[in-house]
Amino acid sequence: MTAASPPISSAPPVATEAGHSLWSDAWHRLRGNRLAVFGGGVLLLLTVLCVVGPWFSHYTYNEQELSNAFAPPGSAHWLGTDQHGRDLLVRILYGGRISLGVGLCATLVALSIGVVYGAISGYAGNKTDALMMRFVDILYALPFTIFVILLMVFLGRNIVLLFVAIGAVEWLTMARIVRGQVQSLKKMEFIEAARALGYSPRRIIFRHLLPNLLGPVIVYATLTIPSVMLLEAFLGFLGLGVQPPMSSWGTLIKDGADKMEEYWWLLVFPGSLFSLTLLSLNFLGDGLRDALDVRAAKD
Amino acid sequence: MLRFVVRRLLQLIPVLFVIVTLTFFMVRFVPGGPFTAEKAVSPEILKNLNAHYGLDQPLWRQYLSYLGHLVQGDFGPSFKFTNRTVNEIIAAKLPVSLELGGLALGVALVVGLPLGILAAARRNTWLDYLCTATGLIGICVPTFVLGPILALVFGIYLRWFNVSGWEYADDRVLPSLTLGFVYAAYLMRLTRGGLLEVLNLDFIRTARAKGASEVRIIFRHALQGGLAPVVSFLGPAIAGILTGSFIIETIFQIPGLGREFVTSATNRDYTLVVGLVVLYATLIVVMNLVVDVVQVWLNPKLRFE
Repeated sequence: MTAASPPISSAPPVATEAGHSLWSDAWHRLRGNRLAVFGGGVLLLLTVLCVVGPWFSHYTYNEQELSNAFAPPGSAHWLGTDQHGRDLLVRILYGGRISLGVGLCATLVALSIGVVYGAISGYAGNKTDALMMRFVDILYALPFTIFVILLMVFLGRNIVLLFVAIGAVEWLTMARIVRGQVQSLKKMEFIEAARALGYSPRRIIFRHLLPNLLGPVIVYATLTIPSVMLLEAFLGFLGLGVQPPMSSWGTLIKDGADKMEEYWWLLVFPGSLFSLTLLSLNFLGDGLRDALDVRAAKD
Repeated sequence: MLRFVVRRLLQLIPVLFVIVTLTFFMVRFVPGGPFTAEKAVSPEILKNLNAHYGLDQPLWRQYLSYLGHLVQGDFGPSFKFTNRTVNEIIAAKLPVSLELGGLALGVALVVGLPLGILAAARRNTWLDYLCTATGLIGICVPTFVLGPILALVFGIYLRWFNVSGWEYADDRVLPSLTLGFVYAAYLMRLTRGGLLEVLNLDFIRTARAKGASEVRIIFRHALQGGLAPVVSFLGPAIAGILTGSFIIETIFQIPGLGREFVTSATNRDYTLVVGLVVLYATLIVVMNLVVDVVQVWLNPKLRFE
């Protein structure tokens, strides 16, 4: 590479015009999008609250105070207490750690599998591609609930395995998107140049193709987090998610739904926080899509 | 076209074969069996049970005999519901889920499509913002929050409907609204997005220049192309919605098939799991075929590919 590259450094610097990279452009556009800024801000705030908040409370998520069960929201317990007299606010914040954590980690798992799978399939083309995509089609036709449940039973009820299981069923769409992108990218001249220089397919995929895919991948990842969080909440609803006395937003909502007739706060607070998070993620994802000008990830 | 359909239908066979094989062996490798949950079965009884259901045979023989029955449309006996076959369970519960799913689908189409069209036609007005906001709420408020809230408001406070059950015509209202609302939200977003994309194209400008009315532009010119993303979404969605929703059926106590998807897996009811997977997968593959056919019909350009 060094021998072929033109002597850029010797060119006179054009100091007056600062360069506008794709990323600084996108960042500029994103900041101009009020909804996306709102979404990003809310997510940041929630994350900080969930991580830091519990340290500043003298309640813990599993400390029971049976004499004070089902206390309505008030000055002692801002969001009330549950059937064991546990502080709801602290439980929501702890649950947020799990729900947001699962959302992030499971998305990363799905992302890694989907990107690598899609890139290989798209780059290889021909029979390999047809075979790999056929396999994705087959997995698409499976009812994922059954498989997540079987995976959870098979792997045991452990938080780490929870996001492995969720990630294992959520990577399919990512693989399809990446494959489509790679297919159109690989016909471009810079890939031809890389191939002419004798680079290995592996190097071409990881060094030349993947960086160009970041836009759609980031956008789709932002939109995958909500569906992962929904799946986690669904598993919590089934009782297959995190186990008591720990909580996630899914299990809190489930408990709240059981008791909402008398104790509305148990459903309303975790439910609205969960919805607010999904809303923010959607705003941020839509904003990123417009900012990065991604068309492939459009529904 | 007919050749295309026939070829795709033939492709269904290997796909289903792989799915059956995958599921069959996957359920077996999960620890525990259909009889482990029952309290303290003596070893002799367990042995008899296993012998009765052929579980003492080597796995490959069980697999072959299962395939043999499956080809004849026989899903085998359920392990958990004694004296009932998987066919009977599906026959008893699928109609309930079909009815609920059909109603919810109706709600989704009646609400989602018009709102999406309206939002696209009145882009960037308060009407558009209202529709978009409603759509976002539908996506961000999960069914297990919306369902209990609807049951609380309309069932307990207002007493318009029963909170749960599936006996009277009234009982259909809350579950189908809850389930339909989510899909309506997605449909609305997709319809709006698809239409807006088409409305930017040159042939729409031509139609405008010729003085066609806005109604005519949307319904006569834009809608056909704008519906493509909606159709792609609807195919798999219909398969999912018709086979039942675990959450809705649990919240409203509906004896549908959706709950079996969860309980069969937790019970390790081997035959029921495979039976349900086959049912769902067949429906998905068939619906995807329908989607492809409809897409070609909507977009004549595809006919050349």
